Amino acid sequence: MSLFLLALLAAAASGVPGLFLRRRGGEVAAGLLGLAAVAGLWASLRVLSGGPGGAVTLRTTSLGSSGLLVLDPLAAFFSVPVLLLSACGALYSLGYWEGRRGNTPALRLIYGLLTASLLMLVMASHALTFLLAWEGMAIAAFLLVMAEDREAETRRAGWIYLVATHTGTLLLFAAFALLAKVQGHSAFAALPAGLAATRGGTALFALFLLGFGFKAGVLPLHFWLPPAHAAAPSHVSALMSGVMLKMGILGMVRFLSWVPDPPIWWGGALVALGALSGVLGVAFALGQHDLKRLLAYHSIENIGIILLGLGLGALGKSLGNPVMQTLGFAGALLHVLNHSLFKGLLFLSAGSVLHATGTRDLERLGGLGQRMPWTSGAFLAGSWAICGLPPLNGFVSEWLIYLGAFRGLGPDLGPGRQGWPVVILLSLALIGALALACFAKAFGAVFLGLPRTGMAARAHEAPRTMLLPMGLLALACLAIGVAPILFAPALGRVADAMGPATGAALPALAGLPMISMVALALGLLALLLWRWLRPMPRGDDRPTWDCGYAAPEARMQYTASSFAGGLVRGLRWALRPVVHLPRVSGWFPLPTRYESHVPDPVLDRTAVPALRLAVRGASLLRVAQGGALPVYLLYVLLTLLALLVWMVA
Amino acid sequence: MIRSLLPTMLQFLLHGLTVLLLPPLIPGLIAKTKALMAGRKGPPVFQLYYDLAKLARKQAVFSRTTTWVFLAGPVGGVAAGLAASSLVPFGHTPAPVSFEGDVILFAYLFGLARFLTILSALDTGSSFEGMGAAREATFSALAEPALFLGFAALAKATSSLSLGTMLAFPGTLTARFTGPLILVLAGWAIVYLTENSRIPVDDPNTHLELTMIHEVMVLDHSGRPLALVLYGASLKLLVLGALILTPALPRAPHAWQNWLAFYAALAGLALGVGLVESSMARFRMTKVPQFLVAGVLATGFAFLLMLV
Repeated sequence: MSLFLLALLAAAASGVPGLFLRRRGGEVAAGLLGLAAVAGLWASLRVLSGGPGGAVTLRTTSLGSSGLLVLDPLAAFFSVPVLLLSACGALYSLGYWEGRRGNTPALRLIYGLLTASLLMLVMASHALTFLLAWEGMAIAAFLLVMAEDREAETRRAGWIYLVATHTGTLLLFAAFALLAKVQGHSAFAALPAGLAATRGGTALFALFLLGFGFKAGVLPLHFWLPPAHAAAPSHVSALMSGVMLKMGILGMVRFLSWVPDPPIWWGGALVALGALSGVLGVAFALGQHDLKRLLAYHSIENIGIILLGLGLGALGKSLGNPVMQTLGFAGALLHVLNHSLFKGLLFLSAGSVLHATGTRDLERLGGLGQRMPWTSGAFLAGSWAICGLPPLNGFVSEWLIYLGAFRGLGPDLGPGRQGWPVVILLSLALIGALALACFAKAFGAVFLGLPRTGMAARAHEAPRTMLLPMGLLALACLAIGVAPILFAPALGRVADAMGPATGAALPALAGLPMISMVALALGLLALLLWRWLRPMPRGDDRPTWDCGYAAPEARMQYTASSFAGGLVRGLRWALRPVVHLPRVSGWFPLPTRYESHVPDPVLDRTAVPALRLAVRGASLLRVAQGGALPVYLLYVLLTLLALLVWMVA
Repeated sequence: MIRSLLPTMLQFLLHGLTVLLLPPLIPGLIAKTKALMAGRKGPPVFQLYYDLAKLARKQAVFSRTTTWVFLAGPVGGVAAGLAASSLVPFGHTPAPVSFEGDVILFAYLFGLARFLTILSALDTGSSFEGMGAAREATFSALAEPALFLGFAALAKATSSLSLGTMLAFPGTLTARFTGPLILVLAGWAIVYLTENSRIPVDDPNTHLELTMIHEVMVLDHSGRPLALVLYGASLKLLVLGALILTPALPRAPHAWQNWLAFYAALAGLALGVGLVESSMARFRMTKVPQFLVAGVLATGFAFLLMLV
């Protein structure tokens, strides 16, 4: 515990020396965050392997006597991605921000503070510390999103994020107030049985779901997420998407762990929201042209997958089905870790593309595989994992959720409830197929074929400080994917925190060693076949055959939009793409253009028009606010008179 | 101990040999059926073996646009196909690798093969291959739910999650499950034709690039990579064929009878595909999704019937 607190302090202080040093401030910050990661991971892994945790307790009567911070298996588990990604991001920023002027030292300080608030948040075991850390995280992330605040797009994204996160926080304040009223104190503790079925329990569930849903980016509360992730510096996007969204999940997980008897409809609601976020998240990702916005929509999709797992676990808990409970919660939790690894990897490699070419527009990229082989390998590994393809880590967590859902089809679920596992199965299958299409599109458009613009043609490989963190994350993805059995005992311990179940059964799953075996066989076969192909001499400089077309050109390639065109058309009832078709008429038609984009259904179609309407309504009040001092004095006088009359009467 | 293990080991050996040697025969049988139906003599049944032997000796041509990803498609396709083949039982014979939840691994291995094939097509920068890749990605998004609904129906009926027991249907067959089983197999037959790019979804023999799906994705492959592509495609015919044949086969008391039944059924399947290809035309590209939705509906309805 003290080691972990030391890590927290090191993270918080990591940016301080940089404020005073003229040079090497970034290296010092990265070093401190690296040390924090080593110390923190050591402490976390000790807890995860069954060692004792620890707690910070403040003994004052007004706050209740229980702990403020606690390092239990859940906290230790959620701290792993925080520590890993923040250290990787700090190292990455050395290359990414090299030569950047202005407020870089301040941003480094805020980055350290964000890491520290995240670490405090995962350990929080009291409403006070939780909300304090929550707010620290929200504000630090806001400041980091605003790093490039000279651009109007960034400022807009930042303000939208700030409004959304505070709306969520407001709901959380209400939720914790209600919890304190029900419980009599504000410390985190198990709720009494029977509470969940009452009206208070329903209100608690709804408030927590909405409040944490804002942070996690659950559809339709996701609207702040794509602009903020696109505008933030890439290693900050990685930390936001990989870790900060998961704090919403952490909140839901903590809440579910306190409730001994969740009603069945809670699990149903989680599954429904998960299916909605998952399927629509990937559908909207298909319509994007901006690489980082595309990745942001995929975060929504993965939050959907996590919710599917949580819903399955909650259903298992309500029905007293320990297998469903363990597999659902374990799958969801492992997906939390996996998503932070591969999404961090994807955002870092997207940042390296942005760094090398200066654009995030898929239609302006292409052919980077030859110019940036390492970055392209990293992005491919991330895509491979996020599509849930074996033998990487995404497959293992999805496999656990699939297995739980299939098990849920068994006879013990009872009639009329088998719909939920089928919804989970179908959503996962559809999400998997659509995600595969989307990442084939993204990887193909950015790294394969010919460069579509000069910016892409002049691209260069990223410096080593940027490649090293990517390599580290890719290795972590491979390790979990190939040897899941090594991680199963720790995962079982964390899943057990969700209520009395049999997390110990997790390592006994026969499938886990078999997955490793098939993964190894797959690798061996690929290696053999590769060696069989290798001896062939590489032909000299030839263009693509393309059915004999003599002069292929980069502009003739299939674009990202046309690749996804069929699916976007098929899903147009949900996506409602805005298409500007060129009009060609007359004998000598003028130059024209074709344009299509998929606006966000909540932000662009609902929230912004609604707020505009509210502003227009508010402007009616301006009649009363003329700016003339005598009139205001008159108002004061009238108010006084009115009060006088009221008091007398 | 040895005596009881030996027959199983022999069966695994036969399984492996079947996977390695048999696949190229299936396209040959399909082509022969089509030729005979059309009143032609057609190429020899073993044509694909000759082609593979020839391609293995040939040099390959690579475009300057391509990277190592161009080779990942053929390599990944065959490696994933071989790995998946070890999970599926060939008729009522044991699958070499079998565990609870192997269905999911089976489906995702084919996803991996598809992902790498699409990428290697995009690596050429050709618009034709991009078009084929886009179609492959689009149509498989509809085939996937049909496959998984079928798995859900069978898992419900057999209370099992391992291909070995799920597909060994006649063992637990009661009259109640016959209807749903037929629906599952009908839905999977659609998936089979789609995944193997056969008529009416795709035409492997067409000469117009604009209308092709799978064939257009491998236009630029030659030599050994092309040999791997062709072998991988025939492997898929075998492995997915085992998926739809096994539940329909009766269980025989002796192992050799089961193997014989499987080979006969496989020949029958090739014949059936050939007959379908001879008797109908390829759908218009816009009709293909409707055909696939029919598959989803069939398997979905089968699942509903399993519930009652």
